[in-house]
Amino acid sequence: MRVSLFIPCFIDSLYPGVGMAMVQVLERLGHEIDYPEGQTCCGQPPFNSGYWPEAREVAGRQLEVFRDSEVVVSASGSCGAMFKVFYPELFARTPKEQAAKDLSAKTYEFSDFLVNKLGVRDVGARFEGRVTFHDGCHGLRELGTKQAPRELLRAVKGLELVEMGDQESCCGFGGTFAVKFPQISTAMAEVKCQSILGTTADYVVSNDSSCLMQIQGWLDRNSPRVVKSLHLANVLASV
Amino acid sequence: MSVTETIAEPVAAAAVSDGIMDQFWNDVDRTTADSARRAFVRKALRGYEVKRDETKASFADWQAAREAAARTKFEAVNHLGQYLRQFEEKFTSRGGKVFWASNGQQARDYILKLAADRGVRSIVKSKAMTSEEIHLNDALEESGYKVVESDLGEFIQQLKREPPYHFVFPCMHLRRDEISALFEKELGSAKTDSPEELTMIARRFLRRQYIEADMGISGGNFIVAETGMISITENEGNARLTTAMPRIHVALIGIEKVVPHLADLALFLPLLGTAGAGQWLTCYNSMYSGPRQEGESDGPEEFHVVLLDNHRTRLLADAEQRDALHCIRCGACLNVCPIFKNIGGHAYGTTYQGPIGSVITPHLRGLQNWKHLSGASSLCGACTEACPVKIDIHHHLLHNRRNAVAEKPLWWEKWVWRGFAFAMRRPWLYRLGVRLAPLAQKLHPVIQGTPLDPLQAWTQTREFPEAAPTSFHDLWQQRKGAKR
Repeated sequence: MRVSLFIPCFIDSLYPGVGMAMVQVLERLGHEIDYPEGQTCCGQPPFNSGYWPEAREVAGRQLEVFRDSEVVVSASGSCGAMFKVFYPELFARTPKEQAAKDLSAKTYEFSDFLVNKLGVRDVGARFEGRVTFHDGCHGLRELGTKQAPRELLRAVKGLELVEMGDQESCCGFGGTFAVKFPQISTAMAEVKCQSILGTTADYVVSNDSSCLMQIQGWLDRNSPRVVKSLHLANVLASV
Repeated sequence: MSVTETIAEPVAAAAVSDGIMDQFWNDVDRTTADSARRAFVRKALRGYEVKRDETKASFADWQAAREAAARTKFEAVNHLGQYLRQFEEKFTSRGGKVFWASNGQQARDYILKLAADRGVRSIVKSKAMTSEEIHLNDALEESGYKVVESDLGEFIQQLKREPPYHFVFPCMHLRRDEISALFEKELGSAKTDSPEELTMIARRFLRRQYIEADMGISGGNFIVAETGMISITENEGNARLTTAMPRIHVALIGIEKVVPHLADLALFLPLLGTAGAGQWLTCYNSMYSGPRQEGESDGPEEFHVVLLDNHRTRLLADAEQRDALHCIRCGACLNVCPIFKNIGGHAYGTTYQGPIGSVITPHLRGLQNWKHLSGASSLCGACTEACPVKIDIHHHLLHNRRNAVAEKPLWWEKWVWRGFAFAMRRPWLYRLGVRLAPLAQKLHPVIQGTPLDPLQAWTQTREFPEAAPTSFHDLWQQRKGAKR
């Protein structure tokens, strides 16, 4: 299958290794990778801030970039949810409504794509370490992805998956919320990180780098022990 | 008066006040720093979640129950006028009185006049958030009436002269020793750590009030159109005493509480018990169909139902957010909300706290003054998932944000997002920005910690990652070049 990657802006600039790991995993599974180079941002920051016309300008660009793609796989559950759930609402009753629906229908979050579209669990990865998984809220509740990343992690050789308490509680990132209400956002990060530190895990893994930026940002400042954050793709790319 | 008439009624726009937002900001700074209180509330709500999950498990199909409840409320809310008139007709045919209050002032005036006309001196109340909403106690006390809250949590908050912390669990933030100290001070009771003894202290005090009171004021959980009844659910029996013993009963109920049929309660009562407190059913479920009838031995001589609009019809007029009127005030969305757990109920400054409060308060009290509550959310969606009547709560927070901006954008924010859109529509410009990011980050220490620092809101409490020297885009191009 020809797979078009959607590498959201902050992964492109802050965590390019996540994108490269996705390329490795998908190529290992025998798929052809396409990276439409005109892609930028999904438009979620202005969308969540209430500036929908500006969001539509940014999003309209992505509709064009991915128009000819067969399937689009997103490195982030949140930006994937933007394509899949929010674009149809953003473009409702506009000339681009159908294009938005088309992109929505062919977009997948990475773990959902592997497990539910390709039917793969074991991607042939080996990773020595104890891992706890953080559910990004958009992946979990907008896309309904809960089991797929866990099934993938359980199939990784050498990896031990341990669940944290209150595993579905938000890390407090929330995009611009993290800087508009930093005190609330940080209080939420603290609660989340205490759940993570309550496990014996050495790694916290997620399918959303934005949550991991928040979690790692709090841990680096406050944690009594080292817990390293990793995107799911990085774990699955390890051999 | 019909519901359609109240929609058309012009509503005076509330004066926009920065003070409300400033108050929120200050309160949130204080409450998020109070680790002990946050941990206490978190622990209480973890207990709730365990109980709720146990009870939920006894539903054959919880999701189907939510679907059915949402359908019933959709029917009721979308034919609100019809069902309320049906209720009125049935209820008045048994001697009850119905008053349609467009706003808080009308509701207060009606109740005050009734109390004056009937020579009322003492009033006992059971839990009614509508009464908090229209500040009824203040109005009654200013007119010289003695008013006592009989719900234990409300009673404690009344003694503390503090609004409810949570619209279902009014004093959930208070520890036992704090309640004991309050009783010592206000009621002269002895210090105790026993919840039973604390309850008995309140009970001894309250029993006298029921006997004294001329008027009982309650809320109502459901209005049943078909039979002209109101349904009240409670755990303490205080609502039964409040509604049965005084000679006048006034129920102050929001118009959205209507359900079409009596049989609907077979679903809604367990749904409310489960979502609200992890109970199969609340301990006392009462149905009231009118004042004491001939030949009956108890019940009030007069029974008035005040149907309160107070801008609920603004929500009714908004097709996108109309489902917010499905709300049965179970509080499930508060109980799972990470914002509520971390900022606490009082920081909201609203009658209805938590996610549902953040959705409806802008409609009830003005969008520009209350839009910040819709902004103060990570949009995690735990509320929507928990809602037993399937209100699209967290998406409505997005809708409120959009509506607030469409009505009155902030000039500088508008320019920020225009600039953002300008760059993101031009991949070359975006890539230039990405390439310059590592350099910008190297220069960051120059402004770090100063008001010019764009990352300050982040870096005060958290580390920020280093921008990668080479973006994914550039790595991809290098790889393509190497392959060739």
